[in-house]
Formats: sequence, C-alpha cells, structure tokens
Amino acid sequence: MAYSDKVLDHYENPRNVGSLDKNDPNVGTGMVGAPACGDVMKLMIKVNDNGIIEDAKFKTYGCGSAIASSSLVTEWLKGKTVDEAYAIKNSAIAEELALPPVKIHCSVLAEDAIKAAVADIKAKQSARATV
Amino acid sequence: MANMNQTDRPPIYLDYSATTPVDIRVAEKMIPYLTEHYGNPASRSHPYGWTAEKAVENAREEVAKLVNADPREIVWTSGATESNNLAIKGAANFYASTKGKHIITIATEHKAVIDAVRELERQGFTATYLEPEPDGLVDLAKFKAAIQPDTVLASVMLVNNEIGVIQDIEAIGNICREAGVIFHVDAAQATGKVKIDLANLPVDLMSFSAHKTYGPKGIGALYVCRKPRIRIEAQMHGGGHERGMRSGTLATHQIVGMGEAFRIAHEEMASENERIRMLRDRLLTGLQDIEETYVNGDLAHRIPHNLNISFNYVEGESLIMAVKGIAVSSGSACTSASLEPSYVLRALGRSDELAHSSIRFSIGRFTTVADVDYTVELMKSKIEKLRELSPLWEMFKDGIDISKVQWAAH
Ligand SMILES: Cc1ncc(COP(=O)(O)O)c(C=O)c1O
Ligand code: FES
Repeated sequence: MAYSDKVLDHYENPRNVGSLDKNDPNVGTGMVGAPACGDVMKLMIKVNDNGIIEDAKFKTYGCGSAIASSSLVTEWLKGKTVDEAYAIKNSAIAEELALPPVKIHCSVLAEDAIKAAVADIKAKQSARATV
Repeated sequence: MANMNQTDRPPIYLDYSATTPVDIRVAEKMIPYLTEHYGNPASRSHPYGWTAEKAVENAREEVAKLVNADPREIVWTSGATESNNLAIKGAANFYASTKGKHIITIATEHKAVIDAVRELERQGFTATYLEPEPDGLVDLAKFKAAIQPDTVLASVMLVNNEIGVIQDIEAIGNICREAGVIFHVDAAQATGKVKIDLANLPVDLMSFSAHKTYGPKGIGALYVCRKPRIRIEAQMHGGGHERGMRSGTLATHQIVGMGEAFRIAHEEMASENERIRMLRDRLLTGLQDIEETYVNGDLAHRIPHNLNISFNYVEGESLIMAVKGIAVSSGSACTSASLEPSYVLRALGRSDELAHSSIRFSIGRFTTVADVDYTVELMKSKIEKLRELSPLWEMFKDGIDISKVQWAAH
C-alpha cells in the first residue's frame, strides 16, 4: 500500500513520543484499542489550571497510519482547551493524513484516545474537587 | 555497515514463498516458443504443431522426473490454484456416489484448498478442518480419528506456505490408503525443496506450480496417479486436451518454462538447499539476539527456505513499513484487506498479538550472505525503534502481564 507523505513523515519522525507522570493530578491518560486487534494507543495530556493542554505524549502499537494519527494529534492538542480537544473528529485526522478508507479506523482510534484522556483528567479533577 | 535507510536501490527480495524470479536459463528457453515455434501442440498436420508437441512432452518428462512419476500422470494446468480445484472438486464429485460426501483437510491449508472445500460444502458435502498441533504438524492419531465411513477425500499440503513446515505425507497417505480415502497433496511450496518420490508415496493427486520454483507464473500441473488409477471429473470442458481432464490450448512457452525450471531444480536441489540452510541458520542466529522473538512452526520438520518469526510488542505492518530495504510479508491483519491476522498462525494457537507481530522471511536461489547480514542489522535497529514507540513494550518492561489487562473491545 502506498502512504501519503504526511503519514510517512509522522511515521519516520514521530512527534512527542513518550510518557508523562501518570500520578500527576494534572495528567490524563487514555489507553484505547487492544493487542488482539493489532492496535493499542496510549495518549497522555498535561492540563494546566486554566484547562489548557500544555503537553501531550503518545505511544502506539499499530500500523503506520495509527502511529501517524497519534503523532499528529499530540501536535494538535498542545495549546487547546480540554473541551476543544474533546471536539476533535477522526474525519479531520483522516483528511489531514489522506488516509485511505481501510485506514479510517486508525484515525477513529486516535479520536477515542483523546476522548479517553480527557475523560480521565475530568475524573481526576472532579475527584479532587470532592475531596 | 550498510546505510539502513537506503532507498535508492530496490529492496532485497526475501519473499520467495510468494513467488520467485524466473531463472534466466528458463526465460531463454521459453522465448523461441513465443516467436519461432509458435505452433499449437494439438496441430497434427504440420511441423509447427509437431515441434510444439515435442517441447510439451519433453517438459512433461522433466516435471515427472523431479517427482519420480510417469509423464502420463502429469496434467497441465494454470497453476496450483487450478490444480487444487481440479483435484478436490474433480475427485470428490467423481467418487461421491461410491465413497460418500465427507472431506478432511487441515485448517492451515492454502486458501485454494480451503475455499475449494467450502464450495463443495455449499454443494452438499460435509468437511472437517483439522487443527494442527502448535508446531504446525498434523497429529496422525487425530487425522485417523477424523476419517468417517463416508470420507471420500483428504487434502493435506506437503509444505506450508506461511511457516514452511513439512507434513508426514507418507504416514498420512498410508492411513488414507487403508481407509480407501482418496489423498490429495498440495506441493506448490515443495518442489526443489524436499525430495518427492511419487512412485513410492501413497499419494493419489498432487498439485504443482512453476512460479514457486523459478518458472513462470500462470502454469502448473496436477499429478493424477495411474496405479491405482484415480479418476477425476473435468472442471474445464472443451477440446478434450490432457485426456479430457483439462481442456484448453496448451501454453507451450509456459510449459517449456516449467519443464526447464523443474529440470534445474532436479539438478541443483541438493547443493542449493545446503547453501540455503546455511543462510537460514545465519538469519535465525542473528534475529534470536533480539529479545522476545518467537519462531512460528516446528524448526526441525521445515524447509530451510522459510523463517517465520514474531517480534512481540511490535505490530507487523508498521515493521514492514520500517524495513523498506527488504521485501518480506507479514501475518498482521493490517497488511491484509480482511483486518484479520493470519489464520495459519491462529490455527497453531498463537495469540492474536503474536500473529499480528509476525514476519515471514523466505530465502531463495539469489539470496546472499550480505543480504542476510543486512537484514539482521536492519531488523535489530528498527525493532528497537518501534519498541520505544510501543505502549505494550513499556508495559512488558514494567512487569505488567498484558494478557491480564482488561482491554476495551472495539
Ligand atoms: C501452498 C500453496 N498452494 C497453492 C498456491 C497457489 O498457486 P498458484 O499461484 O500457482 O495458483 C500457492 C501460492 O500462492 C501456495 O503457496
Ligand atoms: S491499526 Fe490496524 S490498520 Fe491501522
């Protein structure tokens, strides 16, 4: 299969690979997918007190398009509010990377990872609020 | 060490199980039959026909010689897919009324066998798809137990295309003979790699393909045993070529190519296999330096040409993308249209993760020591890079048992 230049660029030079401190109350983690399906994405975001995403890191086990999708969203997330992040659609990711139809699910996974990370940070914050 | 990101030359070909290049000696032998000796081998009235017919019969002898059969037992087809269909549908239909309508095959067979059997199921046959042992080999007692009073046919491949394991065809054939079951063997991946002695093997039908053995694509053969005499129903009707078993004008140049390819295989097989075994061992030793690697399929009962390895925690398609300097294939779902990982590896009981992480290296006539050394270095560096990217590798290193994690299904 031929990949778009953008997929190849993110695949060969993935941005923001790594992890953040998962015990930091300002860090939300989203882990989606399953090894049996051939794709697992872990996305971590660090949110400051104004609700702005300061940092984002990822690790992905999956095909080239899945790696590129997660690398791309870490770039997009920085500077956004968590609500803006939550609104990111997989179609925007697929369009930016010119993913073919069989690879759309890789971008869906990236959207799911964002939603899971945002849900995690919100759960952490409300847990803190009720303490 | 060679530059690992080299893209200015074609990748090193390590996919000989998918197909092989046509040996230049084969190509040279074929060409005159396209432009000069273009007669129809069925033309009896002029020398153009006679020349073509002679070439076809010479080739038939070469094919027969490689597998120690009588040339009259060789029927030309378009390849192993057609041979498998002709053998399975042809024999099942011919013997259904006398023997019954049950078929046995193995879950790890090529699709050309599995889907031919499935088609017969749609037509009223029943079938058993026997699971092999975790090493890929068929358990003889289980095979024997699968035979029913109405079993008409069994089909078991000699060499598996994905994992290269060699089945004990002689023992399985003897069980079939005892039970009066017609026995078909797909030998597409075996010619020139393992010795085949059909004069002494209890095999009724055997499929061959030219393009896995340095011949052209689109030509193959079916061995149809004469003693005992096996009958098959034609699947292609027409001019009555090949004693009515397969009509259609014979593709002289393709047949000449297959004959020459099999002649060379007969002559060079012993020395070639020794060299390939040395290369495979070198590749295996190199790759086993990498942590968390698993060889798929038995190593002892296996052609030396094949090495199928899972690199745990790295997904196969992304790995293939990373190793552009070599041409290999993967059992990963992401490389197939179906999004299912290799059914062969799954039938061995391999976890989905390991099936997704598998790479098949297949070595052949033109592979060199330098190719193997380059491959080992490339794999080492790219797997390290992808594992840095892998959340599963991180979890493994943190001592988390991935099989115990509750994954969100999707
Ligand atoms: C075991 C096996 N059987 C059958 C085939 C099909 O052969 P052909 O390509 O000649 O139709 C192949 C090759 O893909 C094979 O590996
Ligand atoms: S993760 Fe399987 S196709 Fe992208």
